[in-house]
Amino acid sequence: MVACLRAPTGPYGRIVHLITHRASVRREVQIRRSAGAVWELVGDPARIHEWFPGIGSCSVDGDERVVTLGSGQAVTEKIITLDPLQRRFQYVMNFPLCREHLGTLDVIELDEQSCLVVYGTDADPATMALTIGGATGAALENLRDMLEGGD
Amino acid sequence: MARRKILFITTDQQRYDTLGCNGGTLARTPVVDRLAAEGIRYERAHPQSVVCMPSRATMLTGQYPATHGVWMNGVPLPLDAPSVAEVLRLDGYRTALVGKAHFEPLLDPFLRFAENAQSRVGTTPPGGSHRGFEHLELAGHGSLGPLHYPQWLAREHPEVVAGFYRVLDSSMRVNGQGGGDTDAPQVKVNPIDRDLYHTDWVADRTIGWLDSLGADEDWFCWMSFPDPHHPWDPPQSEVSRIDWREVPLPAGYTEDASERERVIDDKPRHWRLWYDGSLVSNYEAPASWVPATLTAAQVREVNALNAVECELIDEALGRVLARIAERGWADDVDIVFTSDHGELQGDFGFLFKGPYHVDSLMRVPLIWRPAQTSGVTPSVVTRPVGLVDLAPTFCSIAGIEPPSWLQGTRLPSDDLDADSRGFDSVFTDWDSELFGVDVHVRTVVRDDMLCTAYLAGTVHDGTEGELYSLTDDPTQMVNRWDDPAWRARRDDLIGDLADHRPEPRKPRLSLGAPV
Repeated sequence: MVACLRAPTGPYGRIVHLITHRASVRREVQIRRSAGAVWELVGDPARIHEWFPGIGSCSVDGDERVVTLGSGQAVTEKIITLDPLQRRFQYVMNFPLCREHLGTLDVIELDEQSCLVVYGTDADPATMALTIGGATGAALENLRDMLEGGD
Repeated sequence: MARRKILFITTDQQRYDTLGCNGGTLARTPVVDRLAAEGIRYERAHPQSVVCMPSRATMLTGQYPATHGVWMNGVPLPLDAPSVAEVLRLDGYRTALVGKAHFEPLLDPFLRFAENAQSRVGTTPPGGSHRGFEHLELAGHGSLGPLHYPQWLAREHPEVVAGFYRVLDSSMRVNGQGGGDTDAPQVKVNPIDRDLYHTDWVADRTIGWLDSLGADEDWFCWMSFPDPHHPWDPPQSEVSRIDWREVPLPAGYTEDASERERVIDDKPRHWRLWYDGSLVSNYEAPASWVPATLTAAQVREVNALNAVECELIDEALGRVLARIAERGWADDVDIVFTSDHGELQGDFGFLFKGPYHVDSLMRVPLIWRPAQTSGVTPSVVTRPVGLVDLAPTFCSIAGIEPPSWLQGTRLPSDDLDADSRGFDSVFTDWDSELFGVDVHVRTVVRDDMLCTAYLAGTVHDGTEGELYSLTDDPTQMVNRWDDPAWRARRDDLIGDLADHRPEPRKPRLSLGAPV
């Protein structure tokens, strides 16, 4: 796929970027709750609609999850990692707007009372990585507000 | 006693010189020209950003991008951001926004943004208002998506949907596919009937809303045309108005490639990098299109189609004004006409927009035709004003004390008024961070000079800039940034940039989508 930036280095010698058809976006949020408490919610694939704005409902059957977006579009995802020890959740999906997508959610303990939640989005086309990445950022903020509510 | 009503008309990406009253010779714009003759025409109106979302957020909030926080396209304006429409609504005005809003990202498969979800619930926002507007009927640039106009097309006229240019390609990037007679990017013959095209739809829906109002009600209507923003796909029946082969090349386009490239090479490096297709630093231009391939014929055809779209807007506005007169409001309405930013439209060999702060993008049409009852004398204002000054102007028209969060000032009625109230400079920012490439631009227009500084990032090293004399060099062909004879003026202007910059919003708002 043709890159937007065809030169491998930046104009003054720094590597700028090679824009290909895919992109990787990372969003994160710090939450004043234990990693275990946060994982209890985000580590349950069937509960994503409880904290991810724009996902109206979801169902899980084995390693297959179907999420229904706010637009009404149903998207089938394949769960590839659900590791309660690392507290890592990963899924892949493809649908007409997105040829490839890997979502990675990590809950990292900071101390007994707080954790860092990182949501990675790798997608082709790159535009969808930004679009989905934007939604994951808003979801993480919502997750923080939900779990810290009442503090 | 009823107060003055306000019709606020915006177009999208319309250059200053596309109106007859501003010296344009291509499009016939008699309706706007008449408003200018009867009112106040601004010769140096500048947006605070040259892309849609930050600029529109400035119009609504009356704040600079650093303050409202929409630092690039794709960053949603917070729902609780200040809104002059809300100020007017709370003071008893009926309020509507018809056409293009774009305070929230358009790419939204989750349908998590209220503007994209609005058509599902009709024209009244949940809770009674959205950003101060109690009536919303929204449109974008094409025939697809969740907004009211494409949904109406799909429901009522599905046969015309495919006739529009596809704004995005299969990778959801801005489409670079060519069309028309010259294979110019974002050009297409659109067989749609004129009365189904979004320009007429915006006018029709505006008239529909006005007809729903009582004769004595105060109202504020933002009528927001999506054109003449690309794609350039006006109704086929109208294209013959202007023969593109007869269109003169714009003053900013140098036909000789070597001379054109010499001018570009005198500007900061990202100009030439884009020209050669090495770097497309922003989402708003097609990543697959190389400006160096732009031909004179393509420039002529794009300018012709753009002019056709400007004429259609002028005629649609004429219909709305006629309806206002029929309702008996003609003497009581303030009419403000402007655009969110300009379009390169062939200047320097480019189309579209990006981090290029020259008059092509920075100088927008602005006309304020005060209500006849206000007794304002027609005039021309040559001093610099900003779109940040619109919101306080609306408050002034309504007789409302301007809220403290407004950062602009009521537009001047003439140069004397401008001088007495310190209208001497305007500031415009660009910030973008996309796929690992960041560009940060700060510009001031003052004393007939245009000065742009580039902050350090992945493309610029922090030493580059542009300095133009707007009097001597109206098309900004000679960059005096490194000219020792101009250094003192340059440094003074750079000082202005630092002195006048508002404290940036913290924490910085996040990107929600590319656009």
